[in-house]
Amino acid sequence: MKPGHGEVLIAEGDIEIAEQEQELIAAFRAQLEQGMWAAVPVVAADGRRQAELVRAFDEVPRDAERVIFFPRAAGGC
Amino acid sequence: MLVALGACAVVAIVLTAEVGASAVKRSLVSWRVRVASGRVEDIAAYDPGRERRAEQRARELLRSCVGDDDWAMYRDLGFLRVWGRAGSGMSAGHGVAPYAYLIYPHKPIVAYVPRSSRLLSEYCVEFPDGERPFGSTRLPASDDVLAKWMALTGDEQRLIENANLHLAGRQLDPHAVRADIAALDRWDRERLRRERRDAGSVPAP
Repeated sequence: MKPGHGEVLIAEGDIEIAEQEQELIAAFRAQLEQGMWAAVPVVAADGRRQAELVRAFDEVPRDAERVIFFPRAAGGC
Repeated sequence: MLVALGACAVVAIVLTAEVGASAVKRSLVSWRVRVASGRVEDIAAYDPGRERRAEQRARELLRSCVGDDDWAMYRDLGFLRVWGRAGSGMSAGHGVAPYAYLIYPHKPIVAYVPRSSRLLSEYCVEFPDGERPFGSTRLPASDDVLAKWMALTGDEQRLIENANLHLAGRQLDPHAVRADIAALDRWDRERLRRERRDAGSVPAP
């Protein structure tokens, strides 16, 4: 998610293909190094929608369809 | 002789001052032109539809993440409710969580007690991008809501620790927030009634 623009596709690929997985890992790390938070939208066991915040690529569920990066939270107002 | 030399010196000083003043004037004109041309470029780069398109993309992303019920809540009421962690497994009409949050776009998150509608506190949090990738540090409104939703449902404690805590009523009008809670209660009841009707079990009046 980008200010002034909304959703921007950063990278996409199949984690079952080694080369593409490496590209996804590199893109993931680049976003976190820029200070972004990463979240994976999931459906809980009781059917409720929620998000999982992940700090490393290994924490991303293997069946995740997408990872959303957004600027880290800061105190405001 | 001395008088002649003195006169020459005065003339030289005056000429030097004239030349210097001209150079300063040219410099000022050049600076003004640069500033003016910079503004023209800014105007040319301004896209009046960009924010609207950004918000449209943000609404689609929010809808795809939060699910149909929460999306309908945001669409109809303009805010989202997230149950507090202690309310895990509960939902409206099937038990009431001890506390919940109201997420407004670009406004503080409000914590409240659903049973009594008592307001607890305001959490001021932003998601600024200092790089201003598209000329702004602010996420589109629906992206701001989604970021808060993801942070609250993903790691409530982490978000609360990053937020500035204030007593309820500091930023948002408590009467307006209570009116929103009342509207949410009505919205919940109507949704439940609709679900039961669709399921074929209409409660007796």
